[in-house]
Amino acid sequence: MIHARDLRKSFSSKSGEIVEAVKGIDLDVRRGEAFGFLGPNGAGKSSTMRMIAAVSPVSGGELRILGMDPATDGPAIRSRLGVCPQDDTLDVELNVFDNLYIYGRYFGIPKAEVRERAEELLEFVQLTEKRAAKVEDLSGGMKRRLTIARSLINRPDLLLLDEPTTGLDPQARHVLWDRLFRLKQQGVTLVITTHYMDEAEQLCDRLVVMDRGVIAAEGSPLELIRQHSTREVAELRFPVGDHDATAEKIADLGERVEVLPDRILVYSDDGEHVLAKVHERGLDPIATLVRRSTLEDVFLRLTGRTLVD
Amino acid sequence: MAVSTIAPGGRLTTTEGVARLFDYWLTVYKRTWKGSIVSSFLSPLFYVLAMGVLLGGFVHVSPARLDGATSYLQFIVPGLIAAQAMTTGVGETTYPVMGAIKWHKSFFAQLATPLEVRDLTNAMLLFVMCRLALTCGVYFLVMAPFGVFESWWGPILAWFVTILTGMSFATLTFAYSAHIKGPESFGLIFRLGLIPLFLFSGAFFPITNLGTFGEWVARCTPLWHGVNLTRMLCLDNVVWSTAAINLFILVAVTVVGWWLAIRSLGARVRS
Repeated sequence: MIHARDLRKSFSSKSGEIVEAVKGIDLDVRRGEAFGFLGPNGAGKSSTMRMIAAVSPVSGGELRILGMDPATDGPAIRSRLGVCPQDDTLDVELNVFDNLYIYGRYFGIPKAEVRERAEELLEFVQLTEKRAAKVEDLSGGMKRRLTIARSLINRPDLLLLDEPTTGLDPQARHVLWDRLFRLKQQGVTLVITTHYMDEAEQLCDRLVVMDRGVIAAEGSPLELIRQHSTREVAELRFPVGDHDATAEKIADLGERVEVLPDRILVYSDDGEHVLAKVHERGLDPIATLVRRSTLEDVFLRLTGRTLVD
Repeated sequence: MAVSTIAPGGRLTTTEGVARLFDYWLTVYKRTWKGSIVSSFLSPLFYVLAMGVLLGGFVHVSPARLDGATSYLQFIVPGLIAAQAMTTGVGETTYPVMGAIKWHKSFFAQLATPLEVRDLTNAMLLFVMCRLALTCGVYFLVMAPFGVFESWWGPILAWFVTILTGMSFATLTFAYSAHIKGPESFGLIFRLGLIPLFLFSGAFFPITNLGTFGEWVARCTPLWHGVNLTRMLCLDNVVWSTAAINLFILVAVTVVGWWLAIRSLGARVRS
């Protein structure tokens, strides 16, 4: 579905300086899979997505979408894509149904058919009761669901979702994940960018971790955790200012120790054992937590930074 | 899977591109026509009453000094309609263009589909043209009973000229609005562009009153060409050689403006 080799994107900034947002990445997304780009803001995820959406010209390297070249086959590619952008681009002055209807007409779908599809999609995103409501009266979660419904109006082969749940409350995120999961089960190929590791773990079969325009790692969430982290993590919180000194005293307790501003992370296959040893050494953390490793830990390992500041 | 796929390398025809945006603009029209009636129709009518009828009552000069018009009202009406076309053309391509890029981002939503910059520009300019046709058309109809037109065919041709006048401004303004970063720059258009043009392009008095230099400056503005041609047609005193120049200028500005509009929007949205 997507094939990229040494894909690059650069912009010229206001001062005339060339900024490289994507610095040569390789990608292959297969039919029916949910593929994720995980990375902090400014990692190059959105720039990559815009190139895949055939709206932003490629600066270098090779890119094929659905077997076609975005430089010459833009309209053909876009006719088979669904795009759910990071910023809502819904028409706030139109009602919910008209947003779908008008958008369907851009794809040249006949009027009767687009009406039928709009009704089906409203049902799918649970907005049937809101069909006559104005977009500005919808909650953030509803707007995002409507945007997803809109991106499905042309029954796309490939659905691109740029930060689909950023800014939503936990309940709205879960409703959205449920809908995306159903789409995945229906065989729609999903490409998702996110800076939430739980989102990536929930939705993605395979993902790449992006940082500063390059791919730092690639694999399934489980593979990445196995490769780059331990099974468990012990989180220890000490009084402010004590972290660096304490970390030295327990450096040998795990495979790796990370000092964050508010806590120390000890990576080990047995977190409870680490805690017991910490107490044995006469240290008394304010709070402790033993948990399984997540993609957040993978990211920290690979880049030395946390995902969400 | 998708119903209307396009072959690799293919693109929509110009007509298809505009046709797919028809429903969108129809909806925009349905929700804005009431407000536009006030701005595009009532305020010009006030101008005609205040300037043409009431102020015009004090103006007693020979038709020779009014480009052949027998009354000041007859002189001012064609100029006011042409100036109204300019105002409408500019108004429809300032905030609406910026909104579609910056605020409600409808251009970006549309560009995620098979539509291209060319289609977006064409459809919006076509919409402006329809609005001009309507605004100017109603204006001509309302003015007819005042006895200001010398023939039945003159105002019909003049109607097309006013639409063209409006389009010459609309295309250029579209290009400008797609280029600038924020709405602050619109003040420049309104204060340094629209108002001086409105006042000094021959709508209210013959440009011969401006002196030799002023007259030539006025002749360089598209509005004067629109006003002059509209007036000649309405008063049935067409000098065909001048008319040809007026028409050529208006068409040329519109075509160049249209080309600039597509280029400017393209540069703005493709990054």
